[in-house]
Amino acid sequence: SITGACRAVQKLTRVRVVDNSTLGNTPYHRPPKCIHVYNKTGVGKVGDKILLAIKGEKKKALIVGHKMPGPTMTPRFDSNNVVLIEDNGNPIGTRIKTPIPCILRRREGEFSKVLAIARNFV
Amino acid sequence: DGKPPKFQPPPKPVIIDRKTQKEERRFLSPEFIPPRGRTDPLKYYIERKDMIQRRKVFNIPEFYVGHVLAVTTADPYASDKSNRFVGICIQRGGKGLGATFVLRNVIEDQGVEICYELYSPRIQAIEVLKLEKRLDENLMYLRDALPEYSTFDVNMKPVSRMDHEEIPVNKLQVRMKPKPWSKRWERPKYNIKGIKFELPEHKMKAAQKWSQPWLEFDLLREYDTSKIEEKIRKELREELEK
Repeated sequence: SITGACRAVQKLTRVRVVDNSTLGNTPYHRPPKCIHVYNKTGVGKVGDKILLAIKGEKKKALIVGHKMPGPTMTPRFDSNNVVLIEDNGNPIGTRIKTPIPCILRRREGEFSKVLAIARNFV
Repeated sequence: DGKPPKFQPPPKPVIIDRKTQKEERRFLSPEFIPPRGRTDPLKYYIERKDMIQRRKVFNIPEFYVGHVLAVTTADPYASDKSNRFVGICIQRGGKGLGATFVLRNVIEDQGVEICYELYSPRIQAIEVLKLEKRLDENLMYLRDALPEYSTFDVNMKPVSRMDHEEIPVNKLQVRMKPKPWSKRWERPKYNIKGIKFELPEHKMKAAQKWSQPWLEFDLLREYDTSKIEEKIRKELREELEK
């Protein structure tokens, strides 16, 4: 049996890719897993970059929502959501259907391209 | 007789004053009741004064767990500076100014929960869209229930209420996703009445092993709030009339 979903994102957590990229949506016999968190602590929260292992490849990704309750007034999602990203910050997919927290808007400089393809904001 | 008959005034109409009847049974928000402990009641008195000040400026409607609410918060990073979220209230926690309530909704197949602070100055409006109580005071099991029970339309119109006295209790029995759940809801510790358990009989009986029937008779756990509530209601009435 499998362990339950991890609350925040750290090494070896299974994540859910939320954009409409082919790499994220084609089925594979292993779910995408986080292998490194680009953070001083190894715990990734909303807005942190991580390294994912998908379909035998390494890809960077941005965390857009986790199961762990954050500060009050911020949304808490039922799954750990992630958007695939290139090294320079360009998202690979073209549309994000799932809701994205408004806190990401604070860092418009880094995430402007990801926020541009997002549809719903919570 | 030559004289006209003595003037009989018409019988006085019988006025049933529903408003005073309603005031006797008025709702007291649970965050006003101080928790049991050894802190100085002065602290709670000062907090209550601040809470009443906030309520005078901003209307916090009466709501229970199970109501569908729409909350607009001020957001500096959103266009139009405000953000609206609709959801069902799953739990109300905290006492005093830190009182919170959690709203849950499922948007585009993704469950979202937001914990709002009742007295936060960022909240611009709270509207009650649907008034109904549920069988339990804590609806955390909706996380493990089928997503149809937590989906509410974002553009839902407020349901009008005719009778101003009773809030209807929805006796809905919710169907769950297959186990494992985040908490073992079948155990008597949670005392949930709003789930339709489709578990086999032997599992339900095995869950009863963890029941603690002596807890309801424990005198040290009793916290009678009726007198405290009376005092607080009187205080509220006096402050709101000023």
